[in-house]
This record gives sequence, structure tokens and C-alpha cells, in this order.
Amino acid sequence: MSVPRRLLSPALATWTAVARPFGCRARVVSIASLAVLAVSVAALALTALPTTAWAVQPWERLSDPALEARARTITSELRCVVCQNESVDESNADLAHDIRMLVRERLKAGDTNAQARQAVVDRYGDFVLLRPPVEPATYVLWFAPVALLLVGAAGSLVYLRRRAHAPGGPAPLDPAERARLDALLRDGDA
Amino acid sequence: MRRLIYLLPALLFLVLAGYFAWALRPGYDPRALPSALLDKEAPAFDLAALQGGGTLSRDGLKGKPVVVNFFASWCVPCRIEHPLLMRLAQQDHVPIYGIAYKDKPEDAARLLAQMGDPYRRIGLDRDGRTGLDFGVYGVPETYVIDRDGHIRKRFVGPLTADQVNDELLPLLKKLSAS
Repeated sequence: MSVPRRLLSPALATWTAVARPFGCRARVVSIASLAVLAVSVAALALTALPTTAWAVQPWERLSDPALEARARTITSELRCVVCQNESVDESNADLAHDIRMLVRERLKAGDTNAQARQAVVDRYGDFVLLRPPVEPATYVLWFAPVALLLVGAAGSLVYLRRRAHAPGGPAPLDPAERARLDALLRDGDA
Repeated sequence: MRRLIYLLPALLFLVLAGYFAWALRPGYDPRALPSALLDKEAPAFDLAALQGGGTLSRDGLKGKPVVVNFFASWCVPCRIEHPLLMRLAQQDHVPIYGIAYKDKPEDAARLLAQMGDPYRRIGLDRDGRTGLDFGVYGVPETYVIDRDGHIRKRFVGPLTADQVNDELLPLLKKLSAS
């Protein structure tokens, strides 16, 4: 009985605390808690599922599965310019449909992935790339995290070094203080 | 030296506040996209004309600076900008050409019958392909194209009187003069 409770400790602890006053027995509580947990995990898994399957319409798909897979890869890395936080692959916007068709058309005509992607970039600019290219204008974006990490690491290192080399601990007691401390300790024993 | 550390939060706040002030400045739209085709040649198009037969094509527009306006009868903001286009065409004699984006010819014609026709000629972009080539991501969009067929300016969304007076007309004047 106590094993699963220990495993699921924090959430369960709250749950039992809530349930106890209502006279629930511990075993019932454990089972209910597990059910709650299972439902939450299932809900989480559902939200994590790719929503892509619903935007691409059956009639948009190419008959060649390899080409279709390439098209999906390309369009999932393109931003839909109408609803700017969705990819072209996921978006139900009309324009996303048009871009999906453009990419498929280009692939069917024999374009490489890069060429098909470039066809969209030529029309809508680098902004449509969900993964921005590494170029001078995006250096800050790409390298700032690493740079900040290095600055932080250097700062910590300097701080730790300095602390290690600093004279450690409080100054030792002088004879008068030592005598007073001894006197106090003796008083306590008496 | 040590005291500077206590100034750090205030300093950080100032930097952030400065950034917010900059990003919230009036007239700045974070969703606006610069056209990828700015100062490049406009994509080729050759569209059936709405009225009077013939076509509307990029090469047919070369020779003088023009304004190309993507519109649609189903587009509400287009109706907002329509009176401004009428003014531009009638008072300022700006050569405006229309591209009816994903619209039925009869619907486009009805819109113009209701609200007036500011366009010298209208091309029908039934499947939105010309719009896609231009990088249109919503109607209305308005392009200024110079006499060599290069895109010099794009306005996204309904034109405003300020945009027309401060940007569109001066640019057209400059393009006509050069």
C-alpha cells in the first residue's frame, strides 16, 4: 500500500490530504490517484501529438509516398505567413494550402528539397524559415546563448577562485577573548 | 566599485524599458513583413482582363511607374480602402491596375459597379498563383512598380491617407521624374 504512494509522492500527498477528511481509505485513494495520473498523462500525450494530419487534405497529397514525405518535411519547416506561429504543414489557412501545393509542384518537377524551399523563400523572404539561416544578421540569435553561457561560466569561475583564495573563516580569538570564552563555558558546566 | 553592483538592477530595467519603448513606438507593426521582392523585378504574370478582353501582364505595364493593387470582392478591408483608391485615380491621376485575387469575375464586377472603378485595367488571378508569386499573404496589398518592372514598395493591408500622402505619392513623383 505504501509503495506506490512513496513513488508518486508529491501529487499523492496532496490528494490524500484532501481525501482523508472525507473518510476515504488509503487504498481507494491510491487507486483514484493513479487514475488521475493516467488521465493527465493521456491528455499530455494527446497534446504532444502532431496536429499535422488534419491540415494536409487528402487531395493535396502526392501519389508518390517518398515525394510526399519530402514535401511534408519541407513544409513543416516553413512558417505560415498568415498565422505566423504555425507551420505551413499544420496551418488551415488558404495561403498555407497554396504554399503546400507550390512545394509539391516543384518536387514533382524534379526540384531538390533546397530548391523547393528556395522557391518559397524567393516569394516570402527568410521570415518563412522556422529555422533561420546562419548569416551576419542572425549571429546574435544563434551565438548569444553560447556567448552568455561562457560569460556566466567565466564570472562563476572568477568568483569561486576569489572565494577559495580569500583568507578563510573569522579571525582567531586573542588571549583575552579565549579566557572569557573559557570562563563562560565553565559557568555553563557548573 | 562594489556599489556599482547595486545599480545593476536599475540599469537592467532601463535597458528593458528602452527596448519596450522602441518596440512599442507608434507606427511600428511587428507583424509587417518586408517584401522579399523589394527592388527586384516583379514576377511575370499574364492575366485575363476582367473587362474588355485582352490581358494584364507585367511586360505590358513597363514604360511608366504604376500602382498594382491586389483586391477581392470578398475582402472587407478592400472596401475600406476603396474610396481612397477612387480619390487617387480621379484626383491624382495615379495609374492603378487591379488584380482580383481568388475572385469570381462576376463578383469583382459587382463590387466595382457598387463602389466605382478606380482601375485602368483588372487582371483575374483566379487561383491566386500571381499573388503567390508576389508574396501576397492577404488582400489588400498594394505594390509600386517602376518603369522597368521592378517592385519599389509594398503596402500590406488597406492603404491609409497618411501612407498615400507621405509615401506613395512622393515615391511615384520621384519615379516619374527620374
